[in-house]
Amino acid sequence: MSAVMQGNEGAGAAAVPANRFDWRPLAILAAIMLGAAPFIGSLPTWVTLTVAGLAMGMMIFIMASGLTLVFGLMDVLNFAHGAFISVGAYAGVSVLIALKVSLLATGADSTLWSNLAALVPALLAAMAASGALGWFFERVVIRPVYGDHLKQILVTMGGLIVCEQLIDVLWGPDQIPVPVPWTLTGAFTFGDIAVERYRVFAVVVGAAVFLALWLILSRTRLGLLIRAGVENREMVESLGYRIRRLFVGVFVAGSALAGLGGMMWGMYQGSVTPPMGMQVLVVVFIVVIIGGLGSVGGCFVGALLAGLLANYTGYVLPKLALGSNILLMVLVLLWRPRGLYPVGKA
Amino acid sequence: MADAVSNPLLTLAGVHTHIGQYHILQGVDFTVARGGLTMLLGRNGAGKTTCLRTVMGLWRASRGTIHCDGRDITRAATPELAHYGVAYVPENMGIFAGLTVRENMLLAARQGPPDDQRLEWIFGLFPAMKKFWNGLAGNLSGGQKQMLAVSRAIVEPRALLLVDEPTKGLAPAMVAAMIEAFRELKSTGTTLLVVEQNFHFARSLGDDVAVMDSGRIVHAGAMAALAADEALQTRLLGLSLEAHQ
Amino acid sequence: MLIRLISGLISQDAPRSRVLTALLLAVLAALLAAPFLLPGTRPLNVAAKVAVFIVLVASYDLLLGYTGIVSFAHTMFFGIGGYGVGIAAAKWGTGWGPLAAGVALAVALAIALALVIGLLSLRVRAIFFAMITLAVASFFQILASQWSAFTGGEDGINFKLPAVFSPGNRLLETPLLGADINGRTLAYYVVVLGALALFLALLRIVNSPFGRVLQAIRENEFRAEALGYRTVVYRSVANGIAAVGAAAAGVLYALWLRYTGPATTLSFDIMIDILLMAVIGGMGTLYGAVLGAAIFVVAQNYLQDLMKLASGALEGWPLLPALLHPDRWLLWLGVLFIVCVYYFPNGIVGKLRRG
Repeated sequence: MSAVMQGNEGAGAAAVPANRFDWRPLAILAAIMLGAAPFIGSLPTWVTLTVAGLAMGMMIFIMASGLTLVFGLMDVLNFAHGAFISVGAYAGVSVLIALKVSLLATGADSTLWSNLAALVPALLAAMAASGALGWFFERVVIRPVYGDHLKQILVTMGGLIVCEQLIDVLWGPDQIPVPVPWTLTGAFTFGDIAVERYRVFAVVVGAAVFLALWLILSRTRLGLLIRAGVENREMVESLGYRIRRLFVGVFVAGSALAGLGGMMWGMYQGSVTPPMGMQVLVVVFIVVIIGGLGSVGGCFVGALLAGLLANYTGYVLPKLALGSNILLMVLVLLWRPRGLYPVGKA
Repeated sequence: MADAVSNPLLTLAGVHTHIGQYHILQGVDFTVARGGLTMLLGRNGAGKTTCLRTVMGLWRASRGTIHCDGRDITRAATPELAHYGVAYVPENMGIFAGLTVRENMLLAARQGPPDDQRLEWIFGLFPAMKKFWNGLAGNLSGGQKQMLAVSRAIVEPRALLLVDEPTKGLAPAMVAAMIEAFRELKSTGTTLLVVEQNFHFARSLGDDVAVMDSGRIVHAGAMAALAADEALQTRLLGLSLEAHQ
Repeated sequence: MLIRLISGLISQDAPRSRVLTALLLAVLAALLAAPFLLPGTRPLNVAAKVAVFIVLVASYDLLLGYTGIVSFAHTMFFGIGGYGVGIAAAKWGTGWGPLAAGVALAVALAIALALVIGLLSLRVRAIFFAMITLAVASFFQILASQWSAFTGGEDGINFKLPAVFSPGNRLLETPLLGADINGRTLAYYVVVLGALALFLALLRIVNSPFGRVLQAIRENEFRAEALGYRTVVYRSVANGIAAVGAAAAGVLYALWLRYTGPATTLSFDIMIDILLMAVIGGMGTLYGAVLGAAIFVVAQNYLQDLMKLASGALEGWPLLPALLHPDRWLLWLGVLFIVCVYYFPNGIVGKLRRG
């Protein structure tokens, strides 16, 4: 790169606005974490709930990140995202079950490496299956109705229903227990405090996904294109980029992420059921709205908020817990009607 | 100056554009001379912006043909036009507010990072670009955004520049800077088609002029001729467009 | 003279197709004659459900087909109607007073909620609106199933109606045309005639100047605004009317079942069913709701038996038994739904009218 073009890197992911970093949503996140402590009372419980909340939030983030990018970039509402979540979960779990049988990878006498040997292919299978489904959907289902929001909602809703039914046909309607690799079960203990291993794993994976997305968006030309495209598609085309190809790529990546999230969610819950994608879709939508359409950073903060709130209220005000996400959405929208980190649309 | 009608860079012939049920362009015919600066004037709603957007392929011509440098671009997809050396500066500037000035320029430089000399030249025309190099484009003032939009369009050499109202809302000092920039651009051999409402700007820069009204070209010719004929100016453009000095 | 009367009743919105007219008349006749044609509780239940769902889907078509809004909160209003009746009967006893009060409160709540959702969310893009209605509806569902003291929780509320509707109330000593005429029959006719009245009212609304503005807004919102119509207001009112329609359907359904609960009114499955009926029947026609509801409810009850037969007969084949399993009927409806969205946006009614 020429001398002139170098200079401080603007840290500008559309997610994390450069030049004057908007710390307020993060401050709120921290405030909630600290503020919940007195209501909870005991430190061990607080730690358990916080880790659970963060883990849940991370998984929701993984599932929602693809949706927010697709929304922001392509202005496409895809209800079938729930199907990507379910299909990914089922594909990954199937691989995990198959490998368990052949590799004894999840028994108590397995090692970390044998567990990973089972887990990594399963996660990859989940991403591949939902990525492929996503590619199919973009080409066949959604492309004919670009620009028509009404039809998009209807058609993707239909796709979601059909997919759920097909899962019923192929795997049966009953819930399938997930053989979670042994090294991920159980908990780390520090005196009174117990931290479940799987939750730590979820936090690590979620943070890794966020970091990867952030780096791609802020440091690569591809990321530049995506950020610009979210703001103004026409202008990006006028500059000579075939944005259609970008669309397909982002859509498939988003679907793959949904599959990964779905698989992680399935392992977290211990079982997978055909309607699981549809059930978690409401939370995913809420998080996408809270974060701001097209904002990966907003989605991240929003997801963590949702996860933490669900766990804290589950302990402190159980009656409120199921509705906590919706209340969160109302509160956030009252404060910032376009989401925590709105992405400007030219 | 320019090879006039014999070797135009851009030709529109019988172009019609429909937006929904609205018939905006109703048979547009004109040419843009190679290496010259053609001004497209007319009242609001005459169809000037629609004209540029149709050339860029953002809106599809329902009838007629458009040729650029001998190539038929009537049905060309928008990204292809950049490959033919066409750059577009839209009315709303089209800068990416969430990206820095540097990132905006980087995106526009399709053939790789822009060379230093070119950048220095642009900084000479628009010093604000250097000053706010790492600043968010969204934080720039209106005039600076306009300059960014133009800078972005010229970060690499182009054959044809389509500009929609570059001086809209600009303070007089900035208008002067814009005039200077366009003059220098012309001297590099770039052909320009500029939509303008500011007649002073138009008169100082334009070699040729085309006037639109209700979706058609009602006058086309040399700028000098129009500039000399006040009666014609009034008839075509109305008193409201008289010299914004 | 008779033609003029009928034409006025249906607000000059003629079916415009002989086959369609025949089908509509067939549905109407079947509903009116059901107690005599098909004795037994199951057929009568199916018929009552068809009547209720005609109103439910027609009111949804007002939103979806005529105004161009996708909302997932329709079942919430359906539930409000049902719970209004149920809670009133449970808290204030059976009797005409409590019943009327319950209905009035349900309708008032429906209007209020619809307007609030409308004014808050209709300013945003269609996508936002759809998601927000989804969130609100699921919140309501959670509320209903958690607030057991008030709503009966997951089990819902069983209640009694005024004595005149009870099966023991024999209106005619001897059966007429083979059917017992008792309080249940009376209840049935209240439901069917009520549904008919509501449907005709909806026809009147969509064919009024108000209805035409709605269609203009659906076609081109900017133009409508430019012409001076405050689209937010019109959309909110449409939302309100649809909500009242759904609540009324909820009232009728609760009256028939003598029960209300989350599974029969608020479940998301029902929302999907409504969507399917509206699209397959034909969006933006209202008559589509009649055909859609009739076909869907009948199929839901009787087609599944057929599928069970087919699935059994294909025992041993690789995938086919699973695909034809009666529980999978939603799969086929989903496929039909998608096909309709692409190729038959005006559903069966549209196809009949064009043919």
